[in-house]
Amino acid sequence: MSAPSQPLQPLVWLVAPALIALAATMVLAVPFRLFGLSLPEPVFPMVLAFAWAVIRPSILGPFLLLLSGLFLDLFWHGEMGLWALSLILVYGVVLMIRNLMAGQPVLVLWLWYGLFTLLAFGLVYAVVAVDSHSAPNILAVACQSVVTIMLFPFARRLIEQFEDADIRFR
Amino acid sequence: MVSFRDGPLQDLKVPLAWTAAVAAVLAGLLAVALLIADHHASGREPQRATVRTGFDQAVEPAAAVLAAPLRWAGSARDYLFDYFNAAEENHRLKAKLVEMSHFRDEAFALRNINKRYEALLNLRTEPPTPMVSARAVSDVRGPFSHARLLDAGSERGVKVGNPVIAEYGAVGRIVGVARGVSRVLLLTDVDSRTPVLISTTNSRAILAGDGGDSPRLLYLRGASPVKRGDVVLTSGDGGMYPRGLPVGVAVQDMKGQWRVQLYSDQSAIDYVRILEFDDFSQVTDQAALNDRAMPPVSAAEKAQIQATLAARTAAPRPDASKPDDAKPDAAKSDAGRSDAAPAQPEKASKHGKTKPGRGDKTGADKPAEKVNPLKALLQKLAPRSAPAPAPAPASAAVKPAIAAKPAAPQ
Repeated sequence: MSAPSQPLQPLVWLVAPALIALAATMVLAVPFRLFGLSLPEPVFPMVLAFAWAVIRPSILGPFLLLLSGLFLDLFWHGEMGLWALSLILVYGVVLMIRNLMAGQPVLVLWLWYGLFTLLAFGLVYAVVAVDSHSAPNILAVACQSVVTIMLFPFARRLIEQFEDADIRFR
Repeated sequence: MVSFRDGPLQDLKVPLAWTAAVAAVLAGLLAVALLIADHHASGREPQRATVRTGFDQAVEPAAAVLAAPLRWAGSARDYLFDYFNAAEENHRLKAKLVEMSHFRDEAFALRNINKRYEALLNLRTEPPTPMVSARAVSDVRGPFSHARLLDAGSERGVKVGNPVIAEYGAVGRIVGVARGVSRVLLLTDVDSRTPVLISTTNSRAILAGDGGDSPRLLYLRGASPVKRGDVVLTSGDGGMYPRGLPVGVAVQDMKGQWRVQLYSDQSAIDYVRILEFDDFSQVTDQAALNDRAMPPVSAAEKAQIQATLAARTAAPRPDASKPDDAKPDAAKSDAGRSDAAPAQPEKASKHGKTKPGRGDKTGADKPAEKVNPLKALLQKLAPRSAPAPAPAPASAAVKPAIAAKPAAPQ
């Protein structure tokens, strides 16, 4: 059952989820290992890039994604602008084809989300491979992308919360 | 006449979808510009370091707060474990003490012989390296980046380039330092390149991270330079790491590619030690080195050089197509010793990371290494087929060269 939609306040549907995503990134970066296994390290802002574009177009969204991506680049010590670019790429593509996704069942949406996540990871993989002259471990990339795809329920929840708030974009 | 006070544009409505698309394009262009700027700034560390170290300084307190409960939980678990297993552990340690006592005697004897050889050969040994203890407050371990944030910074003498070790082996190098915080790039990072040697054959290689748990061994040369279980140590080539830090053991992956199972994986990931080891580029005044004018060449020397060159050109060249395997064994082992230093050991990379290719002077440029009689004796005593030794604590391996600095209170 869908949750009742909330009115679209930028602080509520954009800023708060962005802060939660960044906080979750920091929490999962704690140096902790259980039975030799580390905590997973998903790309939380991918949820935002997908959900925000599905909910409705926004001017603030891409810039918040830029900031979130820059945070990831600095926090993960990657190339500056790399994750920012991949998140904005996902946002842009979803924005272009959001009409195709309207009214689709959850599983189909999950498939779309998975596809866009792989697109973002492909871009990051290519840039890192070119920049470091060495291809990153494909198994490690697969693990991180699978963990990120598993975050779809959060995207679904965000969409359900706000998709009916602005009927012009339903 | 229409004036702006009348608001001629107030009825103009741009569709939000288009405005959002323009915003996305603008944000994307900004990201691309940052990416390009960051890529081009890789040779100029100070500019980019300011942003990154500033960010690290801002994030460190929050990361420390988040890591604290886990640390407390870990300490509580260790306390309970020690309490309930004290008797069993006591028995185990007593047995181990008896087992190790003859190794202690052997070590004393070897140390004595070593000192005599050093005195006889007038060897210049490495000075003791002070260390700083630090705690990791965040651990980045994605496929595209492996780094940790440490709670020790410039105020404790940490510098960019300092090697970092854990209980059992090398962990990585410092790539960013600010007051109270530093960032270590792990050996497993996709940008990490570390010159290493195989302890049994003395073959050189480059340990290249790929974002996975076991970094690859690249540029191995010669016939069977490495066997499964061989211990891999830092070679010290290029002056980035001191020679002899234990790194891990050689293993082969499913494709037959040689990789290294890191010793640092066996130790706790939150406590590390930073060696205040100055690499070659830090201790040498590069400008002064390059400033000196070459001595003039006399006419006689010029003639001699020309005669030598002419003689070399006239002499028949050895068959270049001959494979490496066809060379005599002695030549092969010699190549493994000196020439086998890989062609691409390290180069400065993003955020002080190292990449293969340019920049650093390495073992490849050095003259052939003299045979150390002590090393030859030790190699004779220890047959190559002997099983790989268990990982000794890193501190023990570098003990002669390292004098522990008292750690600041955590």
